[in-house]
Amino acid sequence: MSVTDLEKPSVEQARATSFYEASARARIRLLLDPASFVEFIGPEQREVSPHLKLFDLPEQFDDGIIVGRGSLAGSPVFIAAQEGRFMGGAFGEVHGAKLTGLLRAAKELKSIPVLILFDTGGVRLQEANAGELAIAEIMRAVIEARTAGVKVIGLIGGRSGCYGGGGLIAGCCSALAVSEQGRIAVSGPEVIETNRGVEEFDSRDRALVWRTMGGKHRRLIGGAELFADDTVQAFREAALELLETTAGFGIDTLNAEQSRLEDRLQRFGACRDAVEIWAAEGVADAASVPALPADQFIELADKVRRIARDAR
Amino acid sequence: MKNWQQGRQARDARIEAGAKLAKGKIVEARDATRLMEAVIRPGDRVCLEGDNQKQADLLCRALLAVDLARVNGLHMVQSGIVLPEHLDLFDRGVAKRLDYAYSGPQSARIARMLFGGKIELGAVHTYLELFARYFIDLTPQVALIAAVSADRDGNLYTGPNTEDTPTVVEATAFKNGVVIAQVNEIVDKVPRVDIPADRVQFVVEADKPFFVEPLFTRDPGAITEGQILTAMLAIKAIYARYGVQRLNHGIGFSTAAIELLLPTYGERLGLKGKVASHFALNPHPALIPAIESGWVEQIHCFGSEVGMDDYIRARSDVFFTGPDGSLRSNRAFCQTAGLYACDMFIGSTLQIDLQGNSSTVTTSRIAGFGGAPNMGADARGRRHPSAPWLQAGGEADPDSSALLRRGRKLVVQIGETFGEKNVPLFVEKLDAIELAEKLKLDLAPVMIYGDDVTHIVTEEGVANLLLCRDANEREQAIRGVAGYTDVGRNRDRKMVQHLRERGVIRRPEDLGIDPLDADRSMLAARSIKDLVRWSGGLYAPPSQFRNW
Amino acid sequence: MEDLSFHHQARSRAGGTRRMAIIGVVASGNLEVLAERVLPETECRLEIKTAAEGFGQVWDAVVADFVERYSPGGLKFSINDGGARPDTVSLRLAQAVRLMAEDEP
Repeated sequence: MSVTDLEKPSVEQARATSFYEASARARIRLLLDPASFVEFIGPEQREVSPHLKLFDLPEQFDDGIIVGRGSLAGSPVFIAAQEGRFMGGAFGEVHGAKLTGLLRAAKELKSIPVLILFDTGGVRLQEANAGELAIAEIMRAVIEARTAGVKVIGLIGGRSGCYGGGGLIAGCCSALAVSEQGRIAVSGPEVIETNRGVEEFDSRDRALVWRTMGGKHRRLIGGAELFADDTVQAFREAALELLETTAGFGIDTLNAEQSRLEDRLQRFGACRDAVEIWAAEGVADAASVPALPADQFIELADKVRRIARDAR
Repeated sequence: MKNWQQGRQARDARIEAGAKLAKGKIVEARDATRLMEAVIRPGDRVCLEGDNQKQADLLCRALLAVDLARVNGLHMVQSGIVLPEHLDLFDRGVAKRLDYAYSGPQSARIARMLFGGKIELGAVHTYLELFARYFIDLTPQVALIAAVSADRDGNLYTGPNTEDTPTVVEATAFKNGVVIAQVNEIVDKVPRVDIPADRVQFVVEADKPFFVEPLFTRDPGAITEGQILTAMLAIKAIYARYGVQRLNHGIGFSTAAIELLLPTYGERLGLKGKVASHFALNPHPALIPAIESGWVEQIHCFGSEVGMDDYIRARSDVFFTGPDGSLRSNRAFCQTAGLYACDMFIGSTLQIDLQGNSSTVTTSRIAGFGGAPNMGADARGRRHPSAPWLQAGGEADPDSSALLRRGRKLVVQIGETFGEKNVPLFVEKLDAIELAEKLKLDLAPVMIYGDDVTHIVTEEGVANLLLCRDANEREQAIRGVAGYTDVGRNRDRKMVQHLRERGVIRRPEDLGIDPLDADRSMLAARSIKDLVRWSGGLYAPPSQFRNW
Repeated sequence: MEDLSFHHQARSRAGGTRRMAIIGVVASGNLEVLAERVLPETECRLEIKTAAEGFGQVWDAVVADFVERYSPGGLKFSINDGGARPDTVSLRLAQAVRLMAEDEP
């Protein structure tokens, strides 16, 4: 009997799959041109964390991040993808070194952009010092790569969102695309509640978490350049658009970003809730934003806020 | 001369006592307890409407507060023991004896109270049995029911959760009983008349809407690959093999996976229009993608589901709706439909033994039966033929004359070999038997008897018990799909192999199922929000299922 | 953590030409399986690191059934297990063989 009775889905069908649900490997395989991905330090090299064994915890052969090269619409790219289900996609020593190495290679070559598919809760507690150092190294490597003319694009739409050091690294990227599920922040909901009290932030109020940290809000306040529907195809298109449109990097960019942030603080600093910010931005029915389907939201966001291409 | 009107006179006296508290039929909520004291007598049989969904919660609290000198020792005859207050009645001594059908949320406490002797148990029933006994030997003297609205005459609109109300009222009102309704509001004109006014003696306006729980909402986000694999096995080995169009299925995650695989996997297998078109089923949100993809022709419902009202209203081609547009459900009719007009029941359970008997009872939890035993039983009175029914009958008894051979309902138990907290699905001895021994019951509370079960589906494979010719074959067929539970590991490997060669046991690879297809990307919806999108924004999930 | 190792003779060589495949992730109740075509054609080896200790007998049964059902000759499986149930282990092993049955991309 044959192994299977079903036609395999076409590339187009496969790319319609949920980015949020897909594994890191599936995201890379479907985002890039078919069969173009070549992995660096693949799982068969078993370059696992040297720390987890000490805590009697299971390792993963790729330490939760996949790095390599491939092509996107025929052009070469470097790509890294975090697996948000392994230890919450958290940064450890090996995990971080793989991303640092990829960014340094890109800096050397100057011409090949880097895609980072974030899916992380931040630094791995069990290797906190190494992880914090890794965050610092990666931030430096991102900036050095950008200074050398490399575009570093962050794609955020995974289960673990993009928190902690991941949020800091994302802030250093040339441009970001985010889906509704792709939360971006430094302190996570539970951390805020623990430190500032439930009156400040109720981490169990899922709707509050999503409208404060989720992709729609990040897009509307300019924290992310593009909003993508939750499909691999939408992220592929977003990556192509950002590679096309993102400007170079220099002191002017940093000055523009500084004034954008100052302006943002001035305009919205007194707001108590994301909905107030959206209303202040001119969204007619701000309360309806969380329920809007992706296409309608993109239309709305484009009307409200043109992509600030001079910043970052 | 014998007085043949004693019941009527007693009822008139009760109504007269209650009328002193009423303006017309309307009684203020603050007088509800006094109404109970006026109308109810010690030892009365009382039906306190506790359905699957809608609960006469205000009347329940009013009853709980009665003066025990005036009201005590009641015999509660109600389908659902759902609210904590339902059991508080027994703790306080307001009630003494209980006949019921379902106690899902209170299953642990009811077990403790039965062991502690706080409740004198009549029997645990199926819904249809209890309803039947309302008309024979458990007729209520007083019914405390719930509805959405009433007019000043007492006509009631039950809303989409009509459920048990017509049955309870029929038995009470036409046999000298008194019907008291709590309603969310009193209006000039009800949207439709579900219960005519002359069957209702008193109406109490509640300060807040009656309690309803979303019992049938399964978040697609929680469906596992194992459940998807199991669902694919069921679709290929049973839905497709027998061409099952008319069915009832359970409310677990395995059947939710089937609902969500119909528009994807089912479509790719070319089954649309050939299977799963007519249902006796609550309006499950996870069925929305199949409905929207044109799989489902019609659904009759036991009750409704929170958040589905607008969707149902807009899909009256599929659902039964009143002239006002809203769903009309009816548990008694839908149970009958499931029993007689469906060719298959497929659902999960907690324990299956070596004969195929299944039970949801554990020694610390008595969940009751609800409707599953009626859905999951061959109806001996069935006489109309259908292709799946005849095919199943033929598989069970190939040698007898086709013209005299009964068909068989397909009764399918589906589940993973290890359930929640890694508890094995398969056991040598049901906890139900231990419970019956401890409580000295005449019958162990078996949900579905082994001789009614035709198939067992787990992630390891499908066992077709119709093809087993003796008890030993049955046992090995069950062991052969019991995975790595103790029951599964103690299989006779040679015999299981032989059963597999005969097609009694079929593995995923025997059915051409690719293990790589057991992936969440196969689900037509992967989140509650996906379901909202499929419904065109008509489905309004309750807040605990939202993250937006 | 517990390390387990199994060695079986398979009836025949596993189909396909892929040299390596990986499936699954290490998470609670989940596992990753790395399959490599590195052994003689009728041999099969499994190296397991599991977070759930004391289940050697169950692993033994799962692995024996797997070899019997799929005949994965020539393949070495390296497993990092976050405490998956046996049915999940069976599914992942079946998926790994299924991936190896494809031709080298």
